[in-house]
Amino acid sequence: MNEFLTTLTAIAASAFSPSTAALAIAAIGLNIHFGYTGLLNMGQAGFMLVGAYAFAISIVAGIPLFPAVLIALVAAAVFALILGVPTLKLRGDYLAIVTISAAEIVRMIGRSSLLTDITGGSNGLTGQSYRGPFTDLSFLGDGQTTLGPFTYDNTGSNGWWIRLVAWSIVGILCLFVFLLMRSPWGRVLRGIREDEDAIRSLGKNVYSYKMQALILGGTIGALGGIIYVLPASVQADSMGRSMTFFVWTALLLGGAATVFGPVLGSIIFFALRLFVQGVAGQFVPDSIMNGQQAEQFSWILIGVVLMLVVIFRPQGVLGNKKELSFNVN
Amino acid sequence: MSTDLGVTVAPTAAAAAATASVAAVSPLPGVPKPDPILVVDNIVRQFGGMTAVNVPHLEVQRGIITALIGPNGAGKTTFFNLITGFDKPSSAPRLIGGPKSDQAARSMFNGRSVNNMGAAKVAQRGMVRTFQLTKALSRLTVLENMLLGAKDQPGENLFAAVIKPLWAAREREITAQAEDLLQRFKLLEKKNDMAGSLSGGQKKLLEMARALMSEPTMIMLDEPMAGVNPALTQSLLGHIKSLRDEGMTVLFVEHDMHMVRHISDWVVVMAEGKVVAEGPSATVMDDQAVIDAYLGAHHDTDLGDDSLLTDEVAEELAKEVELENRTEGDA
Repeated sequence: MNEFLTTLTAIAASAFSPSTAALAIAAIGLNIHFGYTGLLNMGQAGFMLVGAYAFAISIVAGIPLFPAVLIALVAAAVFALILGVPTLKLRGDYLAIVTISAAEIVRMIGRSSLLTDITGGSNGLTGQSYRGPFTDLSFLGDGQTTLGPFTYDNTGSNGWWIRLVAWSIVGILCLFVFLLMRSPWGRVLRGIREDEDAIRSLGKNVYSYKMQALILGGTIGALGGIIYVLPASVQADSMGRSMTFFVWTALLLGGAATVFGPVLGSIIFFALRLFVQGVAGQFVPDSIMNGQQAEQFSWILIGVVLMLVVIFRPQGVLGNKKELSFNVN
Repeated sequence: MSTDLGVTVAPTAAAAAATASVAAVSPLPGVPKPDPILVVDNIVRQFGGMTAVNVPHLEVQRGIITALIGPNGAGKTTFFNLITGFDKPSSAPRLIGGPKSDQAARSMFNGRSVNNMGAAKVAQRGMVRTFQLTKALSRLTVLENMLLGAKDQPGENLFAAVIKPLWAAREREITAQAEDLLQRFKLLEKKNDMAGSLSGGQKKLLEMARALMSEPTMIMLDEPMAGVNPALTQSLLGHIKSLRDEGMTVLFVEHDMHMVRHISDWVVVMAEGKVVAEGPSATVMDDQAVIDAYLGAHHDTDLGDDSLLTDEVAEELAKEVELENRTEGDA
């Protein structure tokens, strides 16, 4: 029983870990792309990586924290602009192709040995090199705090401070998305998702709205990238194609086009995996499935769950049932 | 004005005025009109070697209902797309290697050039269209569909969107306007339903109502009656007439000959991409070019739905025939 409690604690700990928050932020950005505007961005990890690199390199270069964050957001906006200009006038699938390859290009450039001086090559940039200005801001002081079963450093590399900041950002972004999507601006985006030509015939500049959505979602993705690397390090390979698909999984699990769907989806995504590993570690003997296999099994299960969700509950956990009462062509 | 537009009303003063405004125009393809709202020149569209549309000159009279008819494949919808900015004429001026300036595509709407303008800008100028296959925004409510049609919304700016007080007043204004229109089109009780749950006919009505939200000067309807039952057709016709009576210009594409005769003040006939005839609805069907190109050997047969021939319509048709015979006698 004690072991089971340990598993539950681990699940709860991962549910509010900084990487869950980072995934949630990236999924909120993707939600603006896909959930509300219908843009198929298959390279959200690319936006995260651009944000992470721009942030870390700026700090290493001696730029203060907030200007560095701003530089990261501007870099992601420029990245979105470059991807959007040639593709947003075309059919949706072209954006998908371009974003997936652009994300790979960013990753390849990041890990290229030619740029080792700047990006650290495949070793990446260590957390200590850019974390300083962020931890210096902490008002939590030194030492450790225990809250229920959770004990973390107040300010350290992976402590309460980063958790507080990360989840505050998640909260602010949820509010921001809520405010945006109840406005006429959000209405135009959802209209574009349904039928671009109809919106065009009503005198709205569809291209401009799609570009705004792409840039906004991309900069939010960059913010997710910054949060993701703050407790860890910047490594190109940690934000590759699989990261894009984690973000997609989180979004679809929770429910696209809902405010809290991406957040809930990210939590489920991390918790479900740990739950499967924990249960397997406890009740399945090693002769049948050892720890490593259990981890792989949990990935398989995530894939199966995603398929089941898309087939039987395409609106996700939080989605609106009313929107499914008829077929969308 | 009567709010119950489902019933056919006697010709109004506006209808009489509309008929009178083009009475003196000679029925020739590309003929100048006394007060044109839309003037297009050299509209050519080629798909590979095939010329889908080739219209050297066409004018649409302000404040009347103009029908654009023609057999399948005549290029009506392509022409529609070209003048509303959804497609670009092959004859559009280009930086390099375009057509000569006197052969380049030109279009003037309401006295201003709309050459080479995107669909959104054309719509902003007051020329709003609907589609042959209805484009209801399925996963938005009926009311949201309507509100999307409105112009000048400060809340459609990203930076103003977050702060509700900046756009709440305009939102209330257009919500009231949308509810009025929905009432008129008998969709008010559906306003909170998803547009995708409406029937095909209701979607047509919604699309027309949505186009009206922008208070256009000219509304272009692409086959408004396609796939709509006779009862609803009558009510659609009533709506279209009332638009004209309110001073709007209507241009619509249609197949159904009875409908065209019934409500249009002027008819433009297209065949194989060209305008082959123009004229008042009562007489254009007798044009030899129309009979050849469009009606063929079947011009005497009823191409429309018999169930639409109520006694009232039949009477009107009889009157029309009498009028035609008389004009022929005069000639």
